[in-house]
Amino acid sequence: MKRYTIFVITENFIGILNRITIIFTRRGINIDALTASESRVDGIHRITIEVTTSEDMVIQLVNQIEKVIDVIKAFYHEDEGVVYQEIALYKIPVTRLDGGLEKIIRQHNAKIIAAEPQFVVLELSGHKEQTQELLEILKGYGLLEFARSGRVAVAKRMVTIDDYIK
Amino acid sequence: MKESMIRGADIVVQSLIAEQAEIIFGYPGGAIMPVYDALYDYHEQIKHVLTRHEQGAIHAAQGYARVSGKVGVCLATSGPGATNLITGLADAQIDSTPLVCITGQVAAHLLGTDAFQETDVVGISMPGTKWNIQVRRVEDIAPAIAKGFYIARSGRPGPVLIDITKNAQVDFGEMNYAPCLGFRSYKVHKPVEQSSIQEAAELINKSERPYVLFGQGVVLGKAETELKFFLDKTGIPAASTLLGSGALSQDHPSYVGKLGMHGNYASNLLTNQCDVLIAVGMRFDDRVTGDLKRYAKQAKIIHLELDPAEINKNVKVHVPVIGDCKESLSMLTEAVDKKSHPEWLAKFRELEELEKEAVVQHDISPTKIGLTMGEVINQINQYKADDAVLVTDVGQHQMIAWRYFNYKKPRTQVTSGGLGTMGFALPAALGAQLHDYSRQVICVVGDGGIQMTIQELGTIMQTKAPVKIVLLNNNYLGMVRQWQQMFFDRRYSFTELNNPDFIKIAEAYGIRAQKVKAREELTEAIEDMLIYDGPYFLEVVVEKEDNVFPMIATGCSVEEVRLS
Repeated sequence: MKRYTIFVITENFIGILNRITIIFTRRGINIDALTASESRVDGIHRITIEVTTSEDMVIQLVNQIEKVIDVIKAFYHEDEGVVYQEIALYKIPVTRLDGGLEKIIRQHNAKIIAAEPQFVVLELSGHKEQTQELLEILKGYGLLEFARSGRVAVAKRMVTIDDYIK
Repeated sequence: MKESMIRGADIVVQSLIAEQAEIIFGYPGGAIMPVYDALYDYHEQIKHVLTRHEQGAIHAAQGYARVSGKVGVCLATSGPGATNLITGLADAQIDSTPLVCITGQVAAHLLGTDAFQETDVVGISMPGTKWNIQVRRVEDIAPAIAKGFYIARSGRPGPVLIDITKNAQVDFGEMNYAPCLGFRSYKVHKPVEQSSIQEAAELINKSERPYVLFGQGVVLGKAETELKFFLDKTGIPAASTLLGSGALSQDHPSYVGKLGMHGNYASNLLTNQCDVLIAVGMRFDDRVTGDLKRYAKQAKIIHLELDPAEINKNVKVHVPVIGDCKESLSMLTEAVDKKSHPEWLAKFRELEELEKEAVVQHDISPTKIGLTMGEVINQINQYKADDAVLVTDVGQHQMIAWRYFNYKKPRTQVTSGGLGTMGFALPAALGAQLHDYSRQVICVVGDGGIQMTIQELGTIMQTKAPVKIVLLNNNYLGMVRQWQQMFFDRRYSFTELNNPDFIKIAEAYGIRAQKVKAREELTEAIEDMLIYDGPYFLEVVVEKEDNVFPMIATGCSVEEVRLS
């Protein structure tokens, strides 16, 4: 079992995400995180899926995904093959703010992106291990809410979308 | 509005005609009525067959597609009309049958409101189609149908569903039909890599006990001749999967039998003794491989396959040869040495004798009083045409008919392989027959399966399709009963059937019918049936508790194939 990032380059059609996720459902594979966005090229979307599974399984998943008619290309990488980032937001009550928190914010390179009379929102981008570490610390500060995005990632390999739509 | 504009419903029908569809199997209803209204004007250009149920329509379209190699076309209304297609879609998807199914849908402004006969058929059918789409605007109809036909018939074929809202059918638009010639996300033709051919040829040339397994991919790729040439040159023994039957004449010297749970003894057993296994257009289904951990572990495996997702799916292969097997087989034939394998072939023949003594003898010349399914098929072989199509349902009769039918020509085998859909045979036989009235179509069916779609006798009556229906009646759901006997201590839980008078039913539909109970009546009855000009219903009462052997029980290895 290992963590893999699956990249899917698709046409921007209704239902495409459903077509892809049912492939995981059918094999009983849990999706750890998923993000979808436009790509550099108009009309082409990219979906990034994070899964923890065996390499045999990830190969089969990618083959099945690529079989979906409106999928242009699907491929996968281990963590070493991708540059990736996640963003996390932490909502903390103002009543708990003290000097200790300032130190934590500095140490983790977090930012305060919103301040309201009752709470502040911190933001941290990084790998899951980093955002998780801050999460554990902030639980001691009466953390009200926590949200983390799926991974956004680019492959290290020097291949671009243009190579796939030729 | 410009004068050149026509209704969306007319665009639907004209698009089907532009794709050279000759026949539509369908059933009308509210949301598809505009298309039915349009069909009224085109009856000279395209035929429509009214089945008695939408499941009958889609299985008929499958039967038509399987024997013709063309795209089967099916028409149904929204809601229940559309959901009744689902079994057929799943069946066509797993057996790679090209279909275009068009369903009506409620008007676009009603979508998502639980309108009358509204169902999310695009959502429901997503896992069971190669592609599907909902069309909500008249201008999108023709491009969707063009793309649908292209997807259904190209690459590894499969079913496509196009859901068209009622407003799109009644609105007016331009008809500028342009066939689809490809698009960027779907690359069909991948040239075969010469290096993989070289690697495969080297393995084959060095091999002492090579073995070919061929499947329906050979038929779908129209590569029957290429397979024959390859076997002529190499002299390699070759066995067929269920759906591959017919791809190679059983008279060919390389032919050594059928694979899988109820295939032949030698062809299964020797899978674990070959040194190179060459799989052509087959997908290592679990019914073929048995226990994967003990499947052909001694062999180097070469897999000629169009669909890259099939490579290493079930069996790890040493040399994948991805591409159209028509191309790869002829390249491989060029690259291999001329050879013969008399000793290796003799091994198959030796084991064949064991099967003859232990199984075939009993099946085709029984000593019991009751008739066996095997002797019925054997008698059919004596009188059938070489290119007769055998359509079967699912269960004991399917396995027995497959085992004993003498396949000589391609596209003579129509059965529900992957999905195992009871009720498939009767409508599929109708569809196969409507492709060509002059071809012999023999529908072998059990007393369980026929009652799942028996209403299609009505369609046979109305179309006068001269289908020869052979009902093998043992008053049981025979295959389930066999499993109950072998694996569940003979606890026959809900498998015995109290059947109606089938002859009366057939006669009520105006179909000539005959019932055979005794051996001495069989030959004449089969002869009568096959020369009769029109639909014919022959019921044969067979031994109640007969079993199908050989058998590889679930979880067993191919080398544990049992003769009794």
